[in-house]
Amino acid sequence: MASLELRNIVKRYKSQTVLDNLSLTVADGETLVLFGPSGAGKTVLLRLVAGVIDPDEGKIFIGDDDMTDVDAEFRGIGMAFQNFALFPHMTAFDNIATPLQAKRSSQSAIKAGVESVAKLLKIAHVLSHKPRALSNGQKQRTALARALVGSPPLLLLDDPLRNVDAKLRFEMRLELPRLLADRGATVVYVTQDYKEAMALGDRIAVMSQGVIRQLGTPEQIYREPANIEIARLFGDPTINLLDVKPARDARGIYVGLSNVQVHLAGAYDTAVGRDCVIGLRPEALSFVEEGIPGAIPVTVEAETPLNEKIVTLVRTVRGREILVSRPAGTPGRSEGKAHIVVDGKSALLFDHASGDRIGSKNVVALRNGEAA
Amino acid sequence: MEHTSLLERILRGAALTLVVIFFMFPIVWIFMMSFQTNETILRIPPQLIFEPTLANYTALITGKLITAAGTLDIAFMRNLWNSVFLSTTSVAVSLLLGVPAAYAFARHKFRGSEDIAFTLLSFKFAPALLVLLPLTLYFQKLGLANTYIGLIWVYQLICLPLILWIVRGYFEDIPADIEYAYRIGGHSWFATFRKIALPLAGPGIAAAGLLAFIFAWNNFVFALVLASADKQPVTVGALAFITSSGIQYGQISAAIVLSITPTLALALYAQRYLVEGLSLGAVKG
Repeated sequence: MASLELRNIVKRYKSQTVLDNLSLTVADGETLVLFGPSGAGKTVLLRLVAGVIDPDEGKIFIGDDDMTDVDAEFRGIGMAFQNFALFPHMTAFDNIATPLQAKRSSQSAIKAGVESVAKLLKIAHVLSHKPRALSNGQKQRTALARALVGSPPLLLLDDPLRNVDAKLRFEMRLELPRLLADRGATVVYVTQDYKEAMALGDRIAVMSQGVIRQLGTPEQIYREPANIEIARLFGDPTINLLDVKPARDARGIYVGLSNVQVHLAGAYDTAVGRDCVIGLRPEALSFVEEGIPGAIPVTVEAETPLNEKIVTLVRTVRGREILVSRPAGTPGRSEGKAHIVVDGKSALLFDHASGDRIGSKNVVALRNGEAA
Repeated sequence: MEHTSLLERILRGAALTLVVIFFMFPIVWIFMMSFQTNETILRIPPQLIFEPTLANYTALITGKLITAAGTLDIAFMRNLWNSVFLSTTSVAVSLLLGVPAAYAFARHKFRGSEDIAFTLLSFKFAPALLVLLPLTLYFQKLGLANTYIGLIWVYQLICLPLILWIVRGYFEDIPADIEYAYRIGGHSWFATFRKIALPLAGPGIAAAGLLAFIFAWNNFVFALVLASADKQPVTVGALAFITSSGIQYGQISAAIVLSITPTLALALYAQRYLVEGLSLGAVKG
């Protein structure tokens, strides 16, 4: 009913192309996360959908209707802004009520609508306050309430958790998926936080420089990133990237790490003999006793306990630094010599020159607009 | 509180008093002169103690100026009314035209918008006397000379650029997202202008209006050339006090007191908005 489709959108500011022939489809009821560094064009894309700026080329469909030339007020969209964009001269109640007033709802319907959404977002007690008297968290909830109150079939959320503190962000990350699912609305959610993207998205579109680099489920993006850049953006601590040159022996394809042959599972035939980069997630590495096949000797440099996990910085004999992550309470080494093994199945191999991931099953890499 | 010694406080008080006396002296002196006759004013040395008289005010309000040479009609009350009418109407017209224009310049960057905005500002650069001669000729051809409409039109040269440029800054200070949020909520651009932009730029509009009013009120040269006696504001009307039998200092003073009263009252009333409005960033939530 309220699916969203963007066809070949181009947006330029002066000579700079902000969105470059971008196509994207969001199914009815789906939550799509737009993820990418600042300047990737996420916010511009959202504003195009909202109708406050116009594309230079391309079409925007909401449901079955061509909305490209329709003014913002007729698109029936709810939007929350990164900086909240509350109306400073109105109380929280009036702020939330504005979309209902636009629909010429009766006073009692407005009151009921505002109060129910305020209760849902736990801001019922501050409805009489002006924005300047609200805490950041309350402002953010008020902005969200204003976006939700009219039950719009399409919701655009522009990094709504950006300007709230870590505790609240964590709370909202847990609360939001249920809230959005209950509404049944189609959601486009912009964020720069990969955890938020993973927690909220049915699918994630990774953007950079006005182009969607990869589109897939959170699982796909994490397990099979299209290129080094995406692999680096998802995951904390960040993925270990080491220059390697894969070779082949009787047991299959392997890479040499500190003179230890690590065999890779996967179709990497094309990679043999090429300059490659291997990506090893810190949690795909584990400490082992000396003498186990494939054990790589390292020196422990530093250890950082992070409550639920412990991150250890180790150095290989060739001087390369690697991060190893393990759940708290599991055995490891905090100093001196140690040995680690690589889970060959979860290793990722990238082409050194292009940065693209090499080979293997279920490639979800997407170039411009080839949305599945 | 920082600790201050008694001496420091006395010195500070003395310094403040001196400053106040220095700046207030002309106004106080004029106020005192307005209650004196020409004879007591021109006494040498000047004296602080005198017998107050309301004759100056009576003369102004009744319109009969009695001098040694005889009785002169003086249109001061008429002039005062002209000043009020011309300034108020000019500012109202300027606000009506300037505020929407300022919004357009602030929000919609169209081709040549900067040039048009700058051209409007450049009206303020032109020396008034240079503009006046051709303007007078045109106005006489068009039948606008010595009409209220003509004067209000010319006063737009004073008020409009001022309002346009001040208010534009206030509109630009409103984050665009706030207006977007209102429109996405389902409101037209006009509703957004009325319900969001106007209230948020309110202090700025009030400040600009007040400044424009003061500038219009104080204008002298346009009205001097373009208006005859019955359309002249107080600034021009005051010339009538320079009579063949001497300068009527007492009446001039009374006229000054009466003519600064409206602007002073307005400024005092709007002071809050002025300070709030002139310190930019007042609209940030």
